[in-house]
Amino acid sequence: MKFSENWLREFVNPKLTTEELVDQLTMAGLEVEAVFPVAAEFSKVVIGDILEVEPHPDADKLVVCKVSSGDETHQVVCGAPNTRVGIKVPFALVGAKLDNQKLKKAKLRGVESSGMLCSERELGISESHEGLMELPLDAPVGENLRDYLQLDDSIFDVDVTPNRSDCLGMTGLARETGLINSLDVQYPEISPVTPGIEDIFPVELESGSACPRFVGRVIRNIDVNAETPLWMREKLRRSDIRSIDPVVDVTNFVMLELNHPMHAYDLEKLDDKIVVRQSAKGEKVILLDGSEVELDADTVLITDGSGPIGMGGVMGGLSTAVTAESKDIFLECAFFSPTSIAGRARSYNMNTDAAHRFERGVDWQGQTTAMERATALLIEIAGGEAGPVVDTVLDDHLPGSNQVMLRSDRIKRLLGVEIPDADIDNMLSRLGFEYDHEEFDGQPGWLVSGPSHRFDIAIEADLIEEISRVYGYNNLPVRTPVTSLTMAAMPEGELTLDRIRDQVVARGYQEAITYSFVDPKLQAELDPEQEPVALANPLSSEMSVMRTTLWTGLLKSLIYNLNRQQDRIRLFETGLRFRHVPNQPELELENITQENMLAGVVCGDRFMENWADKSQAIDFFDIKGDLESIFTLTGEAGSFEFAASEHTALQKGQSAEIRRNGRNVGYLGLLDPRIQNKLGLRPQVFLFELKIDELITKSVSTSVSLSRYPEIRRDIAVIVDHAVSAVNIRVCVETAADDTLQNLKLFDVYRGKGIDTNRKSLALGLTFQHPSRTLTDEEINNSMDKIVASLEAEFGASLRN
Amino acid sequence: MSDLAAIQQTALEAVAVAPDVAALDTVRVQYFGKKGELTGLLKNLGKLSTEERPAAGAEINKVKSALQQAISEKREVLEQTAIDARLNADAIDVTLPGRNAETGGLHPITIVLQRIEHFFRGVGYEVVEGPEIEDDYHNFEALNLPQHHPARAMQDTFYFNSNLLLRTHTSPVQVRVMEARKPPFRIICPGKVYRVDQPDPSHLPMFHQVEGLLIDHESSFADLKGTIVEFLRVFFEKEDLQVRFRPTYFPFTEPSAEIDVRCVHCDGDGCRVCSNTGWLEVMGSGMVHPRVLEYSGIDPEEFSGFAFGMGIDRLAMLRYGVDDLRHYLDNDLRFLRQFK
Repeated sequence: MKFSENWLREFVNPKLTTEELVDQLTMAGLEVEAVFPVAAEFSKVVIGDILEVEPHPDADKLVVCKVSSGDETHQVVCGAPNTRVGIKVPFALVGAKLDNQKLKKAKLRGVESSGMLCSERELGISESHEGLMELPLDAPVGENLRDYLQLDDSIFDVDVTPNRSDCLGMTGLARETGLINSLDVQYPEISPVTPGIEDIFPVELESGSACPRFVGRVIRNIDVNAETPLWMREKLRRSDIRSIDPVVDVTNFVMLELNHPMHAYDLEKLDDKIVVRQSAKGEKVILLDGSEVELDADTVLITDGSGPIGMGGVMGGLSTAVTAESKDIFLECAFFSPTSIAGRARSYNMNTDAAHRFERGVDWQGQTTAMERATALLIEIAGGEAGPVVDTVLDDHLPGSNQVMLRSDRIKRLLGVEIPDADIDNMLSRLGFEYDHEEFDGQPGWLVSGPSHRFDIAIEADLIEEISRVYGYNNLPVRTPVTSLTMAAMPEGELTLDRIRDQVVARGYQEAITYSFVDPKLQAELDPEQEPVALANPLSSEMSVMRTTLWTGLLKSLIYNLNRQQDRIRLFETGLRFRHVPNQPELELENITQENMLAGVVCGDRFMENWADKSQAIDFFDIKGDLESIFTLTGEAGSFEFAASEHTALQKGQSAEIRRNGRNVGYLGLLDPRIQNKLGLRPQVFLFELKIDELITKSVSTSVSLSRYPEIRRDIAVIVDHAVSAVNIRVCVETAADDTLQNLKLFDVYRGKGIDTNRKSLALGLTFQHPSRTLTDEEINNSMDKIVASLEAEFGASLRN
Repeated sequence: MSDLAAIQQTALEAVAVAPDVAALDTVRVQYFGKKGELTGLLKNLGKLSTEERPAAGAEINKVKSALQQAISEKREVLEQTAIDARLNADAIDVTLPGRNAETGGLHPITIVLQRIEHFFRGVGYEVVEGPEIEDDYHNFEALNLPQHHPARAMQDTFYFNSNLLLRTHTSPVQVRVMEARKPPFRIICPGKVYRVDQPDPSHLPMFHQVEGLLIDHESSFADLKGTIVEFLRVFFEKEDLQVRFRPTYFPFTEPSAEIDVRCVHCDGDGCRVCSNTGWLEVMGSGMVHPRVLEYSGIDPEEFSGFAFGMGIDRLAMLRYGVDDLRHYLDNDLRFLRQFK
């Protein structure tokens, strides 16, 4: 809420500088988000009276004026379109300081100009620069403009939290300021306006607790075209409200001052009687701003004989609006309950000052006072005669006053400090809360009634909050919590994510974080089988669906870096991917899997450019090695296997599915060249993505005693068909061998001269060792024979000479 | 015996000028070989009388041992020279860069998250994570934010339908813990959260939070203050860091406090980072609202607790001097490599 500092000080004026006051409000929970001066710094600007306007001899768009500054007349050249005789305008005299510059006499196209006539923007009052700022015609010529408009003032922008709706009005803010400073508040004196006429307009309330009070009053013979006084317009302006006409201005003023939204109807246009009721679905109403709204079933509707004429507590209707021709009006000041208004305006895509206040709660007892205040102000400005105030009320449906208990012991327990009862008494009184001392189950305390302007006092904690606020958060003690020391579990059978990340980093990868919502088009290239979970209100189409794979974001980051001359890239990311559970089309929480993944993208050379190694392109086995180094951390590297597989995003023949004990862990491979082309990617890109949950199971290490006997190594080279995979050779050897085979290494793969084109040679190094004796040559030869025989039988392998 | 003296002199000269081990060997053979000159002289001793023999023998042996010593010393010198020459030839430029020195790095957000987790683990907090797509109940309702509550507007939400959304804070993880466990407990919940905001230097639609929750039999606002002050001081590594607590409103805590620290850039003098206020808003906190406890089946008469939450992206910004939040999600390698 924006308001003038001076206005606040009219009610309560603590001896504080602006800065101190701002700080004090902020520390009381009314955060002042910004402070603006009402006008820029300037001096020697007075109220000028334009006496004559003549065309400029040499410039079409300029005029030459004679301007009075009270005791003198000056010649001023001016270009504003609204320059005309008789208006009162801000007049900067020669020597004035404006925009940090001293105004000098000047010649404009050959004509002398002494001083300058100003627009609002030139004075830093607003952004308006269409013409000169026009002052009221009765403005005293020659008076200093700063004094006349009270421009030595600041605008406070306070972020009023939803619980403190009572501070959406000046009297509420003043009450709070008085409370903090222990000062009395000068509330406006409001006395009833004696009715001069008998007229009333009937009102019926049919929506129960949604609208249990409707204060109405007929006022006849007003002059809607009367001018709103400057002081009121200035206060409204400093709260960002434009002056329209006396009726609108007065209702807005009362809303700002007393926090009671009001509405005015053209009495002539009202038919029969006003009935407040709940809307039926599909009913339509045309609002003040001309928009037609089709209503849901739960909206409070103001109707008359003609049908709907307003959305209760949100906005009035067009058909009964006050216009420049209106003479007789019916004023409304009603109470709409927070639950009946909450969310309604937003659900119709509207946001009005009235709805903002009603949904947070307005004082349900102050409507008559507000009506008297508005009547008095309106009659003062626009004349007219008022009828009697009619308070239509459903007593049973009014909110009533809450009785809330407050226990001494509870205060101590929650705040960690013992506050003397007398101090609590004092704080409650200053807050304007009524109370009695009571005992609750033998414990001393207070029974407190929250005042009708406070909608946030319903339970004990609400009172304790108030006590802590008044006591001062920063005066409350500071204590280090004391609890029993318990040790946290640290399962050794699980790898931590931190450990995995560290390993990936050690292999040269840089961690990335990418958006969870991605471009559906890019993702469809990579993962077309998955229908992504789509946002209903995305920021943009490029951020509209949830990632089904981390590759979508990582590829985008890779392209970002390639476009910035980074050609060797290793990025990884950990985070959730989001997928529908297959065959569960209902969008429900349990039908979406949110799986923690580890993914990476790699392109560029194997090594950083360096003096020792020649440039070499990375290949599949570089990345596979990176992954195997992670798998080794589990102590169960052997439980992981890579199987040739197909994946939409990956190139056939250079992609693998990774499994662990038969369960899918993820994929590794080369980005399919067609996708690579579509994305305009120059280098080849390798991708991997693994399920973290499948990775983390680790075996707790067990030590076995070391053999003291020598190990013996035999190397053989076998020739097999190209299609035979290394893992099958390994399995075959391991199956054929006995326990003495300790290690099997594949140390060479050869295709080429001396070997059939469809065959390859694999060189195997086998290490044998017995735990309790030295193996004989014969035993090893036997083992080797069995292994070779088995390879021959299974793969048609032959030994290479 | 002048012969012997002449031999000795010639021999020593030959040793002295021998350029390498091979030449030295030649000299040795010349004098000590089977047909060597000294060997010859010793052989001839037998021709002398028994009276003359000892003295002559002693003379020859004296020359012999002097020569042997000279040869051995020279040999050592020559061998040393030979090794030196070989080592010189093998010398490398140790200032050339080593091989495969490359290490990657963690994202600055992860670095900050890990530090925070470490602090809280150290005092017995457990780290708990949860889903990012949440339902309305866990993200709002169970946190005392019923449908249409005006405070919902404080957190502009990404929706999938009327019930499913992207969590706007990590509080739903706390709700899930409160539902599942019996107090007392201490947890922190790190993770990604989402709010409808166009990316700009100070806003991101996806960012990171750590929220903490402690529920115990006797837990007070004083404990909350103690925990927060200590955390902020270890986080910023500033023992005298000024921390202030400001009343505010959150639907899920009461009393609620915003927490400001003295600007870590200007020490309160006022600068661009703190918008000239001298203070930086770094956290939100409060005593868990009794209704929130009730929603999850915890009796507020028996237990009380406090909760706090902080934005990691902003803390990382303050800690490392990052000037634009968008850097975090651009993943520009030149940016990422600045963090080790």
